[in-house]
Amino acid sequence: MRVRHFGVVAAALAVAGMGISGCAAKKNTTVADKAKDGKKIVIGVKYDQPALGMKTGSGVEGFDIDVAKYIAKKLGVKDDSKIEFKEARSANRETFLQNGTVDMVIATYSITDARKPKVTFGGPYVVTHQDLMVRANDNSITSLQSLKGKKLCAVSGSNSWKNITEGTNKLNAKVAAVTVPAQGYEECITKLKGGSVDAVSTDATILGGFAVREGSPVKVVNAPFTDEKYGVGLKKGDTKTCNAVNDAIKSMYSDGTAKQLWEKWFAKANLPFDATAPAPEGCS
Amino acid sequence: MSTVTETKPAPPRAAKRQASVLFDAPGPKARMRHNILTLISAIVILAIIYVVVARFDKEGQLQGKLWKPFIEVSTWSDYILPGIGGTLKAALAGAVLALLFGVLFGLGRMSDHRWIRIPAGAVVEFFRAIPLLILIFFVFSGPPTIANALNREFPEVTAFTALVISLMLYNGSVLAEIFRAGINAVPRGQSEAAYAIGLRKSGVMRLILIPQATTAMMPAIVSQLVVLLKDSALGWIISYEDLLNTGYRQIPTQYGNLIPAAIVIALIYIAMNLALSYLATWLEKRSRRSRKSAAKPIDVSTVPGAGLTGEAPGMPSA
Amino acid sequence: MNWNVLLDFSPLADNSDKLLSAFWANIRISVTVGILSLVLGTLITAMRVSPVRVLRVAGAFYVNTLRNTPLTLVLLFCSLGLSDTLKFRISHTPSINFFWLAVLGMSVYTAAFVAESLRAGINTVPMGQAEAARAIGLTFTQSLRMVIMPQAFRAVIAPLGSVMIAMIKNTTVVLVASYYEAASLMKDMFEQYGATLPIFIGFAVGFMCLTLPTGFFFNWLAKRMAVVR
Repeated sequence: MRVRHFGVVAAALAVAGMGISGCAAKKNTTVADKAKDGKKIVIGVKYDQPALGMKTGSGVEGFDIDVAKYIAKKLGVKDDSKIEFKEARSANRETFLQNGTVDMVIATYSITDARKPKVTFGGPYVVTHQDLMVRANDNSITSLQSLKGKKLCAVSGSNSWKNITEGTNKLNAKVAAVTVPAQGYEECITKLKGGSVDAVSTDATILGGFAVREGSPVKVVNAPFTDEKYGVGLKKGDTKTCNAVNDAIKSMYSDGTAKQLWEKWFAKANLPFDATAPAPEGCS
Repeated sequence: MSTVTETKPAPPRAAKRQASVLFDAPGPKARMRHNILTLISAIVILAIIYVVVARFDKEGQLQGKLWKPFIEVSTWSDYILPGIGGTLKAALAGAVLALLFGVLFGLGRMSDHRWIRIPAGAVVEFFRAIPLLILIFFVFSGPPTIANALNREFPEVTAFTALVISLMLYNGSVLAEIFRAGINAVPRGQSEAAYAIGLRKSGVMRLILIPQATTAMMPAIVSQLVVLLKDSALGWIISYEDLLNTGYRQIPTQYGNLIPAAIVIALIYIAMNLALSYLATWLEKRSRRSRKSAAKPIDVSTVPGAGLTGEAPGMPSA
Repeated sequence: MNWNVLLDFSPLADNSDKLLSAFWANIRISVTVGILSLVLGTLITAMRVSPVRVLRVAGAFYVNTLRNTPLTLVLLFCSLGLSDTLKFRISHTPSINFFWLAVLGMSVYTAAFVAESLRAGINTVPMGQAEAARAIGLTFTQSLRMVIMPQAFRAVIAPLGSVMIAMIKNTTVVLVASYYEAASLMKDMFEQYGATLPIFIGFAVGFMCLTLPTGFFFNWLAKRMAVVR
């Protein structure tokens, strides 16, 4: 256990056990280089979102996974065995990128101004909208405004519920919903069916996946109130990879793969596909 | 705190079994009363079980399709066994490191040099006083943030590393106190005699105190290791793939069987902890046969701030 | 070089109101669980030392089950299982419902440890004390009230203190049971400001303010009440 002096006694105390070894000067290898060199790249994905990123017996499957494989291939990864998928939850996507647990996050990761200082975003690779899911027999919630006083599932680390309670939506409506903390959307769906929450709000893609799986007890309201641009999260400053990712996304739309993947996963949920490639946000 | 065995006499004394600190051996009237009480309590317990089962049934939790995944090989090979592996891996690494940490800081706290004793004491007291969960959060995301801000490269902190380091710091600090209490439990005459025959401090420690203290500390150490194994379940919050994660999140996501999954996972945890306890008792018995100690077994629960532990846990001793 | 991550305590000061209400949640849970687990633990202990075999077995089963199950699982079971799947609800207001479910989960868990400590306490009373009490003609309740319990209670203070301290630290785990408290707030602040050292120190000190005095109090009480044999 090597103790590194940070000059502050308290710092030394708390960091004492952490064995900070190898505090070498920062060296930058980009993910794009890593992919070209034939090294394994680690991609953070969701494990609990049907149709987007879902852990199954032997692997992971979903729209994000297929997009990840496509982008990785374009970056120069030879075959799928050089890709490792890791679970990245909403709450720890930034941390995972910062501490290098994953090289890339493709996990329903919306590009927002709040996240831009911490993460470099490639893409967006798809644009979706935030929507509401309620119990099938509940007709009292039809729009964003009707959420007032209703119980809304608030997933730790996710922005979706904040868009409602803090008014960061297209309607600029601050709706005073009662938030119920949860650790993930799977938990939210359980709570919705059980009646502990009245509404689950997040991207239509995510809700669509759940709606297909759950069937009759739940329904999607179809009242979109935000634009969510799903980006490819990269470690802050990795513009080289970012540009390569943008090229990959462009070709994904031009060669028809995007449409094909979308239909593969969301046809059953009746989600409309936008055939024009979303404009890249620019790498910074 | 050591006459624990009084209510559970050894088999040869079975005739006296009925008497305890609280109750005398029952006469005919008392026996009658006990029989009635047995009947009533049995009915009450059965009623409770019935209510629970009826509730499960009402909400459809007893349907075969919810339980069926647990008799399929793929559920075990894809989810539960890797989960158990993850839990054991974290617990084992955490236990080894925590024991090392405990010995180091336990001895450090007993050092003759103030500049060792005081920092060691501060570290131990700090990590014992704070919740493990906030420690896990910080170890997981703190060092990279700090290193980034100071513009240094930092090796990645995986969920596994963060969990193991946190388990080491937290449980290691508790173990340090157990070691200290164990050494202190050896009667002073032992070390005085050792010094008298010319041993140096290291010799006294190595030859006299530690061997005797080890025997006395075993139950307490094992309790703490059970605590450690259970604490490893906190890892799922930073998405470490342990038994709780694969069993209680991934399986229900597939099959929608939250309640059955909870019951199966709980049973596995209980079995693991009981196995650990039995293993420890067995080891302890073996070492006790071969080695005599002047120290009384220490009770970890008298160490202030220690984890939720009593005597060797999980022993069905009623 | 940005030393703010090591030195800047302003996020804590800026959020002092949130901090107080979050820690107040931990205190509320601790106090409620403390009381309920003592009651339930005493009940379980009574079962475990009773002359009725069925009750002894049931008590032992309870203790061994709860003690060997991770608290995280117990709490998840309470929130997702009891409330959301079995529809066992205490209130329609989520914050009240999940408060009581968290308290329920923590109480049944902590009660198992309380019961263990209490039973160990009863076992510290030498058999001779009970025999002497019976010999001078005290009845069952008299010997319990005047001889056994006073001694057992004193022996149990220090271990109970440890259980209570651990319980206070465990209140952080209720974040998995949909209840917002200090650990959830720390996680959110890590999100907002980054995981800086001052934030961690602030929360650590907050918890030390809860655990250390509890420890000192129980130690003082145990020393004061110690039975010299």
